Amino acid sequence: MNYWPLIGVAALALGFVLRLNPALVVVAAGFITGLAAKISPLEVLDVLGKAYTEKRFLLLFLLTLPVIGLLERHGLKEHAQRWVARLRGATMARLLIAYLLMRQLASAVGLTSLGGHPQTVRPLLAPMAEGAAQSNHGDLDEDTRQRIRAMAAGTDNVGLFFGEDIFIAFGAVLLIQSFFAEHGFKLDPLHIALWGIPTAICAFLIHCVRVLRFERATIRRLAQQRAAELAAVADPARDA
Amino acid sequence: MIGLQFVYWLMGLYFGALAWRGARDAANPRRWTTALFWGLIAALMFLAEHLPNKVVGACVVALALLAGFGGLGRGGYAETGEAEKQRESQRLGNRLFWPALLIPAVTLAAALGLKHVRIGDTPLLEPANVTLVGLSLACLVALAAACRLTRQTPWSGVEQSRRLVDAIGWAALLPLLLATLGSVFEAGGVGQAVAGVVRMAIPVDNAFAVVAAYALGMALFTVIMGNAFAAFPVMTGGIALPLLVGHHHADPAPLAAIGMLSGYCGTLFTPMAANFNLVPAALLELKDPYGVIRAQWPTGAILLACNVLLMYWIALR
Repeated sequence: MNYWPLIGVAALALGFVLRLNPALVVVAAGFITGLAAKISPLEVLDVLGKAYTEKRFLLLFLLTLPVIGLLERHGLKEHAQRWVARLRGATMARLLIAYLLMRQLASAVGLTSLGGHPQTVRPLLAPMAEGAAQSNHGDLDEDTRQRIRAMAAGTDNVGLFFGEDIFIAFGAVLLIQSFFAEHGFKLDPLHIALWGIPTAICAFLIHCVRVLRFERATIRRLAQQRAAELAAVADPARDA
Repeated sequence: MIGLQFVYWLMGLYFGALAWRGARDAANPRRWTTALFWGLIAALMFLAEHLPNKVVGACVVALALLAGFGGLGRGGYAETGEAEKQRESQRLGNRLFWPALLIPAVTLAAALGLKHVRIGDTPLLEPANVTLVGLSLACLVALAAACRLTRQTPWSGVEQSRRLVDAIGWAALLPLLLATLGSVFEAGGVGQAVAGVVRMAIPVDNAFAVVAAYALGMALFTVIMGNAFAAFPVMTGGIALPLLVGHHHADPAPLAAIGMLSGYCGTLFTPMAANFNLVPAALLELKDPYGVIRAQWPTGAILLACNVLLMYWIALR
């Protein structure tokens, strides 16, 4: 067994750790792997070219952008934001769960850009979650605010990751299909996408439970803080 | 018969239009290299199979260099102001969602319905690539619907998409580059080396141990590389294909789907996936740069365990 090609993986990891441009790192790692496996650089070019030719349909997702671009110019995002904002009146946990569900469903039908950290989490979800927590449980300390914001960002990630794989034209499904086609297995993209659903459901349930527990823990912590403050006010000598 | 050739030509035309508009966009400080980048991709859409592989490979390296050394810039786009967007969104309301939803709907209809439509003896859509052809048809249908709704031309759709394409920039090429790297890894025997390490470490006759090694390996490799796409060919070629499909006769479709999603669990743990984990921490002004990872890693860990069980139950039924 020749273990030298693993150097290519190490090169890839090193490149990412050093924050070099990923496009360059990936191509450089290819040539390094070639060297370690005693493949000449010209042959590496050959492999790169053949793979590119066969897999260039991976760029197909860009063809959806004219539609999205046109709709965005006419207020798609603004409308989606108002739509989300109508969920007001809920608790922090219900708000995060509703967002998670919508994010998963939207990315499952390919609308991955309808959410995201700059588009929805920072302007909408995080402030709304903080607002809901504050109106239900009183003033929040800075630490709690930070945790709520982090949870909002995590919720967006979970919703995106475990929704997008259900859309048949998403890159991951196409990558799986082409990889197996190369190895002599004909898989139907629809079939691959459907097998993403059990994990998507688990992701939803697990994250819901975590968000609910997070809310309970937050309430408990705030109550303890308040009790401690009250005790300090009532009996200042005890702390001193 | 509408086949993959049609898909490539459509993409070639679109990328050609991006290159053309990019070259004429005086607001973009890097307009010539941006145009060269998309022009090269467009040319390869039309020509790749007629060129020697080595030449295509050299073009790939050129694309990576253009991408890696800041060749792609952002231009100016005929954008509408905040007030007009609000007005339009009020006017169009939920109708704005429909053209976007047409994309998956038509794709699905083509994949399920048009699959069996024939004209004479030839199938209407190339059977091997029904989904890809369906998606490109869906993009055309949805664009027509969006144009009708907004009373704009398809050309302005292309123009508006440049705003998104330029924002994505070189990252658009990354999945494709990672897939080509997968081929190099395979030619170099990286998968076998990984499989060799795994075989030494676990009892390969125990299906559950191999399933666990594949799922956890996908997550671990994704943590290292920051991207499940890069981990997939290595772990699947090294462990899933020879040991699970070959030795334990696992069903490839659920195996691969859940395997990829196990990699996605790894994305929740790693600062390497900067866009998802570090950038939002900065965006939300968190004091702890790893705050987002701290909030989401338990979900990822529990889900990874679920994935091991799901894979074992579903793929090895």
